[in-house]
Amino acid sequence: MLGLNKKDTSLLLVVAALTLLAPFILNPFPEGSAMAQFNAGYPDLMQRFVIFGIFAIGFNILFGLTGYLSFGHAAFLGVGSYSAVWIFKLFTYNVLPAIALSVVVAGLFSLLIGFVSLRRSGIYFSILTLAFAQMSFALAYSVLSNPRFNLTNGETGLQVYADDPQWFHRDGLPDLPHLFGLSMRSTYRLDLGAWSFDFNAGYYLCAVVLMVVFYLAIRIFRSPFGMMLRAVKSNQQRMNYTGLNSRPYTLAAFVISGMYAGLAGGLMAAMDPLAGAERMQWTASGEVVLMTILGGTGTLIGPVLGAGFIKYFENIFSKINDNVLHGWFAFLPDGMEDFVVAIIHPFIGKGWHLTLGLLFMLVVIFLPGGLVEGGQRLRNWVRGKPKTENTSGKTEPAE
Amino acid sequence: MGILEVKGVNKRFGGLQALGDVNLSVQENSVHAIIGPNGAGKSTLLNCLVGKLIPDTGSVMFDGQSVLGRAPFEINQMGISRVFQTPEIFGELTVMENMLIPIFAKRDGAFRMHAYESVQSEKQVVEAAEEMLEEMNMADKREMHSASLSRGDKRRLEIGMCLSQQPRLLLLDEPTAGMARADTNNTIDLLKQIRDERDITIAIIEHDMHVVFSLADRITVLAQGTPLVEDSPENIRGNPKVREAYLGESA
Repeated sequence: MLGLNKKDTSLLLVVAALTLLAPFILNPFPEGSAMAQFNAGYPDLMQRFVIFGIFAIGFNILFGLTGYLSFGHAAFLGVGSYSAVWIFKLFTYNVLPAIALSVVVAGLFSLLIGFVSLRRSGIYFSILTLAFAQMSFALAYSVLSNPRFNLTNGETGLQVYADDPQWFHRDGLPDLPHLFGLSMRSTYRLDLGAWSFDFNAGYYLCAVVLMVVFYLAIRIFRSPFGMMLRAVKSNQQRMNYTGLNSRPYTLAAFVISGMYAGLAGGLMAAMDPLAGAERMQWTASGEVVLMTILGGTGTLIGPVLGAGFIKYFENIFSKINDNVLHGWFAFLPDGMEDFVVAIIHPFIGKGWHLTLGLLFMLVVIFLPGGLVEGGQRLRNWVRGKPKTENTSGKTEPAE
Repeated sequence: MGILEVKGVNKRFGGLQALGDVNLSVQENSVHAIIGPNGAGKSTLLNCLVGKLIPDTGSVMFDGQSVLGRAPFEINQMGISRVFQTPEIFGELTVMENMLIPIFAKRDGAFRMHAYESVQSEKQVVEAAEEMLEEMNMADKREMHSASLSRGDKRRLEIGMCLSQQPRLLLLDEPTAGMARADTNNTIDLLKQIRDERDITIAIIEHDMHVVFSLADRITVLAQGTPLVEDSPENIRGNPKVREAYLGESA
């Protein structure tokens, strides 16, 4: 189907099913039940799953295929967001031009940064991208927000004000990002007995975009270009002596992944029309690295899983507080209860990063191929096959 | 005039004169061996031919065009392929992919954004790669990760990758270094077969006299960065200067 082989087609169908049915899948517990706090099927969070999935898919095209570890990809995401909000401010709340511009601007910006950074490889490349991203952050946070030339609105973040021109905005269109009149916030709520499911227009826009860019990523992975990118990772020396110039290949991969990041940034702004500099900070760049490694570097589905995993646990763990814990452990004797809660306390709420760190360490040590490798092992175990060489940390790029 | 003409090449690393006034002429469709003791400058010379090093003075002409100042990938596109001392292949990729890459490089040049069509849809390239694998007797290993091949197979694969580009000049840097006798003999047979069946010039740097004397038409002896003598294998064997400088006990 669509020029893909059987395996890739089924992978695409799985992703399509997961994204389209996410409102059901992520809301398995009836509303009002004790388990409802583990539900993740509300629009805001589902949008984040998908948007960070797109971000990570793009990042994986660079890191997974060529092995160049960029620590500055959040800069492209931020640039994408700012571009989109500027479209909202100046022209229209329609999300299509905003998203298109965010991709283009992020592409140009990554061309510039990639051209300079790719003169070095390895750790030097990582540091260069990190430096550029921090410079971009500083520019957005303070330099480009002075009264005479206010491009980013600094600390407050760029947002749409009532006195902005919005030249193509008509009365009757929603006063929020919309797709030809369909507001991104419009949500249809389906109640089935004790359960309720939210179908949000913005989420489904993101989901469709995710499927398209996931499909494109599969094409890239299977193309001669993708093979050349893996050759860059494998042996640049042989590549150069085979008559191939590795620089334009890495630059093309860098720009493509920058455009994916810009797309994610544009979608983020389309869901919520504001853009802040903190989106470009190095922690945000680090997060996408974690997502990719956690899910499975160089695999197709891995980055999407990693993004979902991190965003889900971020949300769930940061919602749990001491009261919730006391509720859970109420069956213990008083002293024990306080003790257990005190032990767990640092890992929840604002301390959820500790939990993330532990999970990340566990995955990297025991599943070097990420969640995808975990899935493969599980499948082999269920089928009763002995361990294969797949467990050596080299994941098959095919999955 | 030879296909490869090296004239007056000097290369200095700090105080060390690695190459001193090297002149070398490799005739088309011959096998030219360059031998010499350790530190004679063989590898430095080779690196000057493929664009890895630039000589301080002198000229290197391939088929009437200078190679100096060109990047390795440009020199490869001119028709020079290099086989390394330790096989340089794409270890994480399958044997088949290893063979596909040079054929794509030959067809599409140094860079082509070929990102939408799948590899498998490029029928001609796939067929050419399969033919080459047949020729190298590796068709049954096509789905293996090339890193898990034996040393001899890695060498075969690398030579096959170079040949798939139909180079005019094949440079070999100690192709049998560190190989068992059986693998060495296989490699010699392979190179003989290449020499006899293809329109190709081979320049080979080698330590192993057995290899050199079974293959070469001409031999250049390097000593301390300078060519000592250039002659046919028979004359080299009998040359007292060569014996003294290099062959010594082993001849």
